[in-house]
Amino acid sequence: MSTSTPILELKGLTKRFGTFTAVDHIDLAINEGEFFTIVGPSGSGKTTLVRMLAGMEEASEGDIVLRGARINEVPANKRPTCMVFQSLALFPHRTVGENIEFSLKIRGVAPAARKERALQLLRQLRLPDDYYSKSVQKCSGGERQRVALARALAFDPEILFFDEPLSAIDYKLRKTLEKELKDIHRETGKTFIYITHSLEEAMVMSDRIGVMRDGKLVQVGTPDDIYSRPRDKFVSEFMGDVNVLEVKLDGKQLLECPGVDAGLKAPPIPEGFSSGHLVIRPEFVRFCAKKGDADNVLSGKIYNEYALGSRIQYQVRAAGLVFVVEKLREQTAHLNLDSEVLIGWDARDSVLVGE
Amino acid sequence: MSAARTQSRFRLSPGSANALPLIVFLLVGFAAPLLAVVAYSFMPPRSFGLLDHPTLANYIEIFRSNSYISFTSSLLLATLTVILLAPICYPIAYGMAKVFGKWSPIVTLLFTIPLFVSENVRLYGWVLFLIKNGVLLGTLKAFTGLNLDGPLYTRGVVLMGMLYVYLPFMLFPMSLGVSMVPDEIRDAASDLGASRWQVFREMELPLSMPGIMIGFLLTFVLAVGGISETKILGGQVIIPITQDIEIAFTYAQNWPLGAALACLLMFVVGTLVLLVLWRFDLDEILGRR
Repeated sequence: MSTSTPILELKGLTKRFGTFTAVDHIDLAINEGEFFTIVGPSGSGKTTLVRMLAGMEEASEGDIVLRGARINEVPANKRPTCMVFQSLALFPHRTVGENIEFSLKIRGVAPAARKERALQLLRQLRLPDDYYSKSVQKCSGGERQRVALARALAFDPEILFFDEPLSAIDYKLRKTLEKELKDIHRETGKTFIYITHSLEEAMVMSDRIGVMRDGKLVQVGTPDDIYSRPRDKFVSEFMGDVNVLEVKLDGKQLLECPGVDAGLKAPPIPEGFSSGHLVIRPEFVRFCAKKGDADNVLSGKIYNEYALGSRIQYQVRAAGLVFVVEKLREQTAHLNLDSEVLIGWDARDSVLVGE
Repeated sequence: MSAARTQSRFRLSPGSANALPLIVFLLVGFAAPLLAVVAYSFMPPRSFGLLDHPTLANYIEIFRSNSYISFTSSLLLATLTVILLAPICYPIAYGMAKVFGKWSPIVTLLFTIPLFVSENVRLYGWVLFLIKNGVLLGTLKAFTGLNLDGPLYTRGVVLMGMLYVYLPFMLFPMSLGVSMVPDEIRDAASDLGASRWQVFREMELPLSMPGIMIGFLLTFVLAVGGISETKILGGQVIIPITQDIEIAFTYAQNWPLGAALACLLMFVVGTLVLLVLWRFDLDEILGRR
């Protein structure tokens, strides 16, 4: 998969709107055939970034290099890239077939060949042949999604951009489409650059993920890297419910945490670390029978519980903090609200991040 | 209560009951005068009542006379106005909807302000500007000594007056039509390889067509009914059908003839409008069917 030849390189790419810097000196290399996802909260600059890559927005500074050639000045209609928009931007006055064929018509492909390719794509995306002459306005959300993807694939781009195309779709269908998209990525072998605000979505599909905040790339890595070794508090919290403790190194390889009496045992301490945050994922916090069952044990009280299907999430108040603890349903004996419990975790399951 | 409901057969639904005042108002204020005009057109020539025996005499007189000349003038002038205004207004409409940004309201205001002043006053303004020894030619004469006759009372100036008066009626619906095309549609088409011209032809034009068509129809219908432009700027160089109608109702005191001319005009314009609407089915253009 990782052939490590970059198809696309961004060098100090920057976009300013007046005094506001939307994208701030981004350096990134994306490999041929990679499924790369850019994750960030709204307003982090991810859409602006991709619009620059697609040629719909001009870069204020820096270079966009495609297969070794600088393409900053190449307009969108001359770039060998294609975008699936958040709104999908299907042409409402055209049929499904006409939408898919649009780029082929522009290139002057003969009608018969166009239709053949469109039908082929319809089948690849599991849409019936008779959708060819159906109005796009009559398609359901998931069908429109597939038409938008088929239209982009018909263009046969070197890179496909996706700007949160699944954000308006209900959970169940989104899960199906995420997997279909990953299948299509395998089948076509094309480079996908995907944008989302959901790290969960990014985890499912991506080879690598870049986390964006305030126009900057905070961390780039495999889903596994991001999940188990978040670089800072922002990245770790972005992934959903995590326990973040404010800690200070007390000089004896132990961590001082306000509200906790004894020093906490620490994971390997990064070079130069003096104070920051200790991150523990909910699934690594467990209920203990006695002190000593885990590296760090705290006593607390169950405040609330939430059933999450296969898992149960507990909110435990301990040491003046609220901890989130997750257990598989079958592992857990029922715990009453307000009962006194011991919770604990092992040092190796926690991560220290800087300020 | 329920007994009363079953007894009363003509009980109105709340919706109809609430619409009743409006229906009455429309019947009295809109339909009745129109029907009166239609009724007058079947009264004997030069009569003033509505109780005479109906006759087709007025229509026969129209077809024997040379009214067709004024009919043709009006339709031709209105058609020319529409055809010329389309390319003039589209770029401005596009600018207002997509380019001018925060300046757009100011541009809109500039095109709206003239509408606050009576059409006649504005046209007399043009007369003062264009007349011999007026603002334009008088100034020219003072500086260069050239003594020109000027363009006033020519067909060209009448057409210019039409374009000037009806421009906003083409511009605003068109601007609305252009603003209805989502930016992402343009981006998507361009992203798929379409040139600027192809984006215009394949996306912008068809998708803004409802606004364009409404602008066409509005401008055409108003321009066919125009009278001041020809009277004030044209002298007698063009006689539109509206002037024939005015003459019949005023100097000639022949209300039935005027009414028949008005009915014929309504019929011709109505037919044309319906034909256009039928030919360019707006819903079909937008793929809503």
